[in-house]
Amino acid sequence: MSENRIGVAKTYKLYIGGAFPRSESGRSYPVSDAKGAFLANAAQGSRKDARDAVAAARKAFPGWSGATAYNRGQVLYRVAEVLEGRREQFAAEVAAAEGVALKKAQQLVDAAVDRWVWYAGWTDKVATVLGAANPVAGPYFSFSVPEPTGVVAVLAPQQSSLLGLVSAVAPVVATGNTAVVVASADRPLPAVTLSEVLATSDVPGGVVNVLTGRTEEIAPWLASHADVNALDLTGAPEALRAELERSAAGTVKRVLRPRPSEDYLREPDLGRLRAFVESKTVWHPVGT
Amino acid sequence: MAAPSTSPSLPPSLADAVRDDASLRRFLHGLPGVDQVGVEQRAAGLGTRSIKKASKLWAIDAAIGMVDLTTLEGADTAGKVRSLCAKARRPDPDNPDVPRVAAVCVYPDMVATAKQELDGTGIQIASVATAFPSGRSTLKVKLEDTAFAVESGATEIDMVIDRGAFLSGRYGQVFDEIVQIKHACGDAHLKVILETGELATYDNVRRASWLALLAGGDFIKTSTGKVSPAATLPVTQVMLQAVRDWHTATGERRGVKPAGGIRSTKDAIKHLVAVHEVAGPEWLNPHLFRFGASTLLNDLLMQRRTQLAGHYSGPDYVTVD
Repeated sequence: MSENRIGVAKTYKLYIGGAFPRSESGRSYPVSDAKGAFLANAAQGSRKDARDAVAAARKAFPGWSGATAYNRGQVLYRVAEVLEGRREQFAAEVAAAEGVALKKAQQLVDAAVDRWVWYAGWTDKVATVLGAANPVAGPYFSFSVPEPTGVVAVLAPQQSSLLGLVSAVAPVVATGNTAVVVASADRPLPAVTLSEVLATSDVPGGVVNVLTGRTEEIAPWLASHADVNALDLTGAPEALRAELERSAAGTVKRVLRPRPSEDYLREPDLGRLRAFVESKTVWHPVGT
Repeated sequence: MAAPSTSPSLPPSLADAVRDDASLRRFLHGLPGVDQVGVEQRAAGLGTRSIKKASKLWAIDAAIGMVDLTTLEGADTAGKVRSLCAKARRPDPDNPDVPRVAAVCVYPDMVATAKQELDGTGIQIASVATAFPSGRSTLKVKLEDTAFAVESGATEIDMVIDRGAFLSGRYGQVFDEIVQIKHACGDAHLKVILETGELATYDNVRRASWLALLAGGDFIKTSTGKVSPAATLPVTQVMLQAVRDWHTATGERRGVKPAGGIRSTKDAIKHLVAVHEVAGPEWLNPHLFRFGASTLLNDLLMQRRTQLAGHYSGPDYVTVD
């Protein structure tokens, strides 16, 4: 290969409904690494892309939430396998995006793969932890079981481009929700690669949809969208949070508020799994 | 060949066309061919028009007023028809200013139920008849089917043409059938379903359109909704050209009804643009243009809510049919 070969600069696209469309707006924006050098172009998603992503997530919801928990676990574990196969690419992207040394980046990628496996393991166990056989004073069995909330809009963490993203997305889909993810605005490339991983694993199209672009532009449309059932505010700009919560209240969305300075390297608790399930309680007469 | 029951004052060229079988064939085959590339390109071009804000709201309300809210399932029950009629009267209970739909379209045995629900509302009751959707039966059965629907209270009859006869070139037979059904309709309006998905070419669509117009159909309708492809934009456009040319020749305005496959507001607005540009603004009116649809209405209502509320709506906020 000649010395002065010109590298192929990539212009990435969105991930909606299992396909990779350009933004409806036709816009894209340059993505730089932590030192300001050009990396690639990413699609700049618009409100109509968000609308399309919600429609795709809604369409995928019956199939994904109806799949057995065991099956969801298998599918998510397969994602972790494909993630592992792209370890070097992810490490390079995380190092460039977050400005950390390659060694540290590899540690973050490994943690992200482990995180995905951790949540994949929870799919068929979460019901026994969050559900219950309720003691009732009458001749009835009473069960409570967790059911997925529906379509969840995830504003992915702005700083932790892969580990934070995985920590936010995996618990949403593990319980059977479908997700519309708005990737970190300045560090979107690991999210784009994650969408390529999802597309080549067994996750049905539409279960996870990834939008890149300006969070402050897309988030208000997702917060007010009547067909979005829950909102994860983790990556919401500080100044916008109150307003987003207010408009989410207009359609009674579940809202997950970000924890101050979350350390994603620590093993998580069940908080994120618990945030996007609804309890369904069934009463059933006892005996004959 | 029976004489057409309407339009006694056809201009000489058209009166000549319906004189006998041979002249009808000569007339239909003498119609100019449809430029397939041209009509598809024009349809695609009109589809790119951007309709926004106030015009979009107007278009949505106009489209709601043109919907023939349809249920044509083997599993239809009186209860389902009643709830459909309730929706026709008040499409969006949260917004009483939403216009009523133009008509409810059901099978003949459901007409009586629909009539009970819709009496005095001004909503028309359309019924399919004539061995819908295949049209494969004897004329006697088709006439009785029609008479039954009309007696039960249908104000509009959607008949299917005999595609087998049309495609084998027995135009006279198709013509006679339409004329007799029109006679059996009495005061009820007659919509003639061409089932364009089975006609194969645009030339055939144009011929079938003229045949139906000559025989006295008040509306020409694209499809039954049971065959794919159903209503496409170019096909609707060819039919709109036919009614426009009919108006030029006779001074009389006939209607067009695309049915089947129009599910989104965007599709509906594209059709309205085509109506405006191909036939003319006079056709933007439920008396001359209808949508045969069931799921379209919900999308129109969701879009209307989106326009008014400033945020996207969802299927949880409209009725499940």
